[in-house]
Amino acid sequence: MVYVPNTDKDRAKMLAVIGVESVDDLFYDVPKELRYPQIELPEPVSEMEVLRELQEMSESNVDLLHTPSFLGAGAYYHFIPSVVDTIISRSEFYTAYTPYQPEVSQGTLQAIFEYQTMICMLTGMDVANASHYDGGTATAEAVIMAVAVGKGKRRRIVVSPRLHPEYVQVVRTYVQGMDIQVVGDENPHASLEDIAGLIDSNTAGVIVQVPDFFGTIEDYGTLQALADKAHQAGALFIVVAYPISLGLLKPPAEYGADIVLGEGQSLGNPLSFGGPYLGFFACKEEYVRRMAGRLVGQTVDTQGRRGFVLTLSTREQHIRREKATSNICTNQGLNALAAAVYMSALGKQGLRKVAELCYHKAHYAARRIAEIPGYRLLSDKPFFNEFVVRCPKPAADINRYLYEEWGIVGGFEVAKVCPGLEDSLMFAVTEMNTRDEIDALVEALREVASNG
Amino acid sequence: MAIKIDPNCYYTKSHEWVRVEGNEAWAGLTDYAQDQLSDIVYVELPEEGDSFKQGEVFATVESVKAASDVYMPLSGEVLEVNEQLSSAPELINQDPYGDGWLIKFTPSDLSELGKLMGPDAYEKFLKEEEEKGGH
Amino acid sequence: MAKIVEPLIFELSSPGRVGATLPELDVPPADIPAELCREDLPLPEVSEVDVVRHFVRLSRMNYGVDLGIYPLGSCTMKYNPKVNEVAARLPGFVYTHPYQPEDQVQGNLQLMWELQEMLKAISGFAGVSLQPAAGAHGELTGILIMRAYLHDQGETQRDTILIPDSAHGTNPASTAMAGFKVVEIKSDERGNVDLEHLKANLNDRVVGLMLTNPNTLGLFDEHVCEVSRLVHEAGGLMYGDGANMNAMLGIVKPADLGIDVMHFNLHKTFSTPHGGGGPGSGPVGVVEKLVPYLPGPIVDIQVVGEEEHAGHVHEDEEEMVEVFFRLVMPAKSIGRVKTFYGQFGVMIKAYTYIRMLGAEGLRRVAENAVINANYLMAKVKKVYPLPYDRLCKHEFVVEGKFKDAPDIHALDISKRLIDYGVHPPTNYFPLIVPEALMIEPTETESLESLDYFADALLRIAEEAKTNPELLHEAPHNTPVSRLDEVGAARNPILRWKPAE
Repeated sequence: MVYVPNTDKDRAKMLAVIGVESVDDLFYDVPKELRYPQIELPEPVSEMEVLRELQEMSESNVDLLHTPSFLGAGAYYHFIPSVVDTIISRSEFYTAYTPYQPEVSQGTLQAIFEYQTMICMLTGMDVANASHYDGGTATAEAVIMAVAVGKGKRRRIVVSPRLHPEYVQVVRTYVQGMDIQVVGDENPHASLEDIAGLIDSNTAGVIVQVPDFFGTIEDYGTLQALADKAHQAGALFIVVAYPISLGLLKPPAEYGADIVLGEGQSLGNPLSFGGPYLGFFACKEEYVRRMAGRLVGQTVDTQGRRGFVLTLSTREQHIRREKATSNICTNQGLNALAAAVYMSALGKQGLRKVAELCYHKAHYAARRIAEIPGYRLLSDKPFFNEFVVRCPKPAADINRYLYEEWGIVGGFEVAKVCPGLEDSLMFAVTEMNTRDEIDALVEALREVASNG
Repeated sequence: MAIKIDPNCYYTKSHEWVRVEGNEAWAGLTDYAQDQLSDIVYVELPEEGDSFKQGEVFATVESVKAASDVYMPLSGEVLEVNEQLSSAPELINQDPYGDGWLIKFTPSDLSELGKLMGPDAYEKFLKEEEEKGGH
Repeated sequence: MAKIVEPLIFELSSPGRVGATLPELDVPPADIPAELCREDLPLPEVSEVDVVRHFVRLSRMNYGVDLGIYPLGSCTMKYNPKVNEVAARLPGFVYTHPYQPEDQVQGNLQLMWELQEMLKAISGFAGVSLQPAAGAHGELTGILIMRAYLHDQGETQRDTILIPDSAHGTNPASTAMAGFKVVEIKSDERGNVDLEHLKANLNDRVVGLMLTNPNTLGLFDEHVCEVSRLVHEAGGLMYGDGANMNAMLGIVKPADLGIDVMHFNLHKTFSTPHGGGGPGSGPVGVVEKLVPYLPGPIVDIQVVGEEEHAGHVHEDEEEMVEVFFRLVMPAKSIGRVKTFYGQFGVMIKAYTYIRMLGAEGLRRVAENAVINANYLMAKVKKVYPLPYDRLCKHEFVVEGKFKDAPDIHALDISKRLIDYGVHPPTNYFPLIVPEALMIEPTETESLESLDYFADALLRIAEEAKTNPELLHEAPHNTPVSRLDEVGAARNPILRWKPAE
């Protein structure tokens, strides 16, 4: 039988050693009337058949390997060097468990230590954990941490209205049992100056996103001023960042961040329809004991050799139980490994180059689109690789035209999160978009505008 | 190695000691407690000015594999915390009644000493714990 | 296992090196304002060859299921089928963006919908959300569902969750995150929930009981239906921690035992790999009355009229019916617990596994898992003290201590097992058994593998008496010997820093 090596003969031997007559005896304590229920599942198939089925299923999708796309909004199509999959396919990495026995897990432990280091390098923070599930849950954990740092006395969180809407939704789900107030996202057109006005002595944390959900890079001076206001009130300043942008932009440590977190999918992890992704999380040294998630630390063995172990474990659920910093156990280990390999392969020069390619291509696209009569950029503020365009027709209609007539997966329909902007599309451009693809997008947009 | 008991202290059932000197008091963990915890790696102490009632958690002590709450032996307000413990938590293991002190505080109600054990009573209590097979 | 001292990637770095190639810029460059940019990006500079060698050498210092038995209790380290890996890498799945319009991703939505249905069939629940990313995440989700339901019923005074003393640490941690208090319920001498202690703690402040069944002792609760009945009678709900589902597949449905909400661990029961600490996936199943509260979006199926969408033809039924899969938010959803839809890449693997096993196959999984565990238990119980002398399910717990070797602890036995080339079982958990060794072989271990493991345990028990130093100084042939965890915690070094 598939994946079970033992035969009837083996089992007969084993039952004899156990001292029972039949397998059924081993389930004596399962109520007899409930035992062996009927389970409605499709008939099992062989490996060959299941792969054929799945091939058909996957091929019924429109996928971005075969179709140019300008979709972003929190998940980005970046190039993943082949070495990443080579490494995460090594079964010593992917069939291993959490490294609780360090002597037989130095591979995982050292790789995570390197990942932690590189996240610190990218963000300017002092320490980083081994991962959260994604950017949204990492944000929720930052909220919990900010309240804990305030010893539970301050219970208000101010969020930028331009934080990824799904992140705010996740935060609100997490805090529904916790008597924590989340404010700031009620008015999507508010500015950072507006939300500064919401900071008070009850505020535990202030969360902004850079670049924000709509792709805009806020002025660093404004961000520093907001950080200062947060600190004066005794609150933490939390920045949600797009890691590829950090190949170019200032690390948030330089404008007052206490915690930097975000979605690490763009670091070597594929789009994969939304998961598994990677919540990266880093903070300043003084807060490390309030940080949730696994931490790998460096130490020595009995011979004085350098080695790595999980450390500061008393923060975690398996020891602290209901007083733990979080309930997180399994995290996104293999995705963090992929990120470590990605950051190692690209390195200092490569990541900068990826960021520049994204920047230049996006600005080329924005300039050309803005030149089309009827189209204009929503904002004239600086952006990295994503921007919102106001279109002469409903965004949904334009996207449909782009796909049906030109085979292009268009932008994100902003009205989905911002009612009132039914004419707006948000385009993301990465190093994966060639000039031809961008030019085709421009032509397609021009065409749909001029067609009656 | 025999467990040490300081003759000048009073003791709680949760293995804290308290020593009163005039209208000030010192508190810490007993030798038995540090032995049970083994190597202490971190101590979370309260702030000066914090007040606690007898029996309330005022500190947490961590070893590699466990975290233990430390309970206030007498009600009072914290005057001073042992700053040395942040860089040398092992002082609790090495000298639990001396350099390993946790806080100095002003007791608010010395009659609460009546609820604690003297050194002899604590010694007896420890023997009973051993017999019960305290892990 | 290779014994190499591997430098950190930063120590292999040399200025000017790059490990990946990128295309040249094919558009006119835009102006990048200098004040926007960072001054330095201190990432390593390593060639591709060195990146590969570094991580391959690291991998050789790891133990995985593909090397040998990995008997961690309640982790279900079963063999990870390779077809799962191929399936999850199909480009049609991998290169889909979560915000593509539904009609472009019907293949994905179909897979998710079918997985939802499969999990319902296996467990007896009426609704499933695939969104939670791991077991603990599913626990928090489930507790928030219970809270939302009870609040809707006007039962806002309920603020306590009962948790057996053998429970995994995530149970109380998740409870605290939902804003509830924990009351610990004792186990009786047979390892069941102590009914008297349970009754004494049931009142109108109880939200529910979190039950792992079989529990972390590997024991199926002999009164489980009574436990459910009592909790329901008190107005509470039953949460099932599905970590130990491997013993129940095809044997009994959790919903039939009175469980109202349960999380699955796809990375345990359903063979998706553990990845060195994730990614996992923790879907949640609920009974009918809790369905509206599920986190979302979830996938719904719509039968299509001829004029509407060119949907995906569903071929299971004899009559071809055109259907369309769409994402919907349950009517009273607790909200989203994660961005997007869940760990899709992990779902593909679980789906593939269930397709290859079918109902019969899943039952054989549970039967063999339980036979394997009982066999091991029978072979070692004369030497390793067994706290609960009962037939176990898919795992069992022994005490790692010997009367005539008082200086030997579970830790020493574990480290010595490494010298025998196997991964140790779980140590020091559950907390109610001193010097606990929690052993779960899973169904994918052969008789020979089990005999080898049992033999190693018995030999080590002998060594404990005749040559205890072998245990105290173990492991002997790993890249590093025992590590100073005290030093690591006292002076944490959590990142590499360049020399000043």
